[in-house]
Amino acid sequence: MNLFSAFGSYLILLNKTFTRPEKGKVFWQRLLFECNAIGVESLGIVAIISLFIGAVSTINTAYQLVSNLVQKSIIGAIVSDTTILEFSPTIASLVLAGKVGSNIATELGGMRVSEQIDAMEVMGVNSAGFLILPKITASLFVIPCLIIISMGLSIFGGWFIGGVTGAVSPTEFMSGARGTFRTYTFVFAMIKTFTFSFIISSVSAYQGYYAGGSAIEVGRASTRAVVYSSVLILFSDYLLAQLLLD
Amino acid sequence: MIEITGIKKKFGEKEVLKGIDGVFQSGKMNMIIGGSGSGKTVLMKCIVGLLTPEHGHVMYDGRNFHHLKYQQKTKLRQEIGMLFQYSALFDSMTVEENVAFPLKMFTTKSKREISDRVNFCLDRVNLVDVNTKYPDEISGGMRKRVGIARAISLNPKYLFCDEPNSGLDPITAGVIDKLIKEITEEFGTTTVLNTHDMNSVLEHGDNILFLYNGLKEWEGAPDDIKAANNKRLNEFIYANDFIKDMFLNDKGDKKE
Repeated sequence: MNLFSAFGSYLILLNKTFTRPEKGKVFWQRLLFECNAIGVESLGIVAIISLFIGAVSTINTAYQLVSNLVQKSIIGAIVSDTTILEFSPTIASLVLAGKVGSNIATELGGMRVSEQIDAMEVMGVNSAGFLILPKITASLFVIPCLIIISMGLSIFGGWFIGGVTGAVSPTEFMSGARGTFRTYTFVFAMIKTFTFSFIISSVSAYQGYYAGGSAIEVGRASTRAVVYSSVLILFSDYLLAQLLLD
Repeated sequence: MIEITGIKKKFGEKEVLKGIDGVFQSGKMNMIIGGSGSGKTVLMKCIVGLLTPEHGHVMYDGRNFHHLKYQQKTKLRQEIGMLFQYSALFDSMTVEENVAFPLKMFTTKSKREISDRVNFCLDRVNLVDVNTKYPDEISGGMRKRVGIARAISLNPKYLFCDEPNSGLDPITAGVIDKLIKEITEEFGTTTVLNTHDMNSVLEHGDNILFLYNGLKEWEGAPDDIKAANNKRLNEFIYANDFIKDMFLNDKGDKKE
């Protein structure tokens, strides 16, 4: 399948997905289930990564700024800005592309191979709407929440390690972080996060939904979901930075 | 009644169905037989709308399926029940939830009414004490029965079964065949089955459609098979030694 026909069938799938759910109550039940599967179950890995990103950033920045001419509070400013602007949205999203993306592709691919999707279609259920819409909606809701938590934990990690190692005192760190904070940075990070959330859930769902007819194909679909989502995240990261920060 | 005319289906350059006609009567066991790769499953998928044929019509009691609007198709699909080869039960749901799924999606029944209907359907396929089990906790035969219970939960007018007894032991296969036959007669459904199992065809079939290489090679009742002089049909049927012994004498001629 060439790039254009793949993109065409991706758009057709999205058109099939974004339709009014057959049963509102069933949709809400599935949405809550997906919020738990995508959000709550990813909290642990996001928390660990975020704490370490903040801690390592603080140490790295302190290591590079060995000059009496530079105030130590600048470490807090650099760590918090890079965390909000880049590390939390991008790195956490790349990790979620691996965890959530492969999970979505494998689940849908397994359902395709075992004819569960066909069974829904024969019954008259819009399988894309039933299976994919709650995943995309849940992703758009919970992944930004995870990223906000990630930002908080990452800054906390930097603040804590700075104090423990003596690289920067907690007061100086927070003073630097507060001093350079701009609302637009956070808004930009959220725009990125929503874009990444949509990419992760929709690209992975597309790969799983159209998986071939064997277990090997499901594995391949899962791999493609992670690879394509990651590449698209990095590409859109560059594109958004160019468009919105330039 | 389902009527199909001139069904053609291609995958790339390969033409799998080359123009198939047929009529499947209500309250009858209509069986599609043929070797592997003859196009049985593709034909069934074209009839239920999982595949769109390049040519031909599928008429459900006068309604041309592939010409219906989306909403009309959805409505018609609620009159269709289908048992898949590997049951296709939703593995994240319990047996009860599987059978209740079409009811939850397409009816306004209360929880109590849904529960009653689910129990009726499970009881009808002779399944007890499995409501809270998941598909991977029950046997293949039980999964098939749950698949039938789910297929009949909305009282379908049309029932499709794709190789309903493949992978089952002869006793369980017989039970499943008998169950489908009973349901067909009890509810007057138009039942269409894909099968390789000649015992099932001869014992329960009312109308048989034999496919060969994407074409309808022969059509008739089980009693006509014995008298049929179609070489390809005979090769297919007498490949089974048991059937051969039943129908042919030692010289290979048909018994009177």
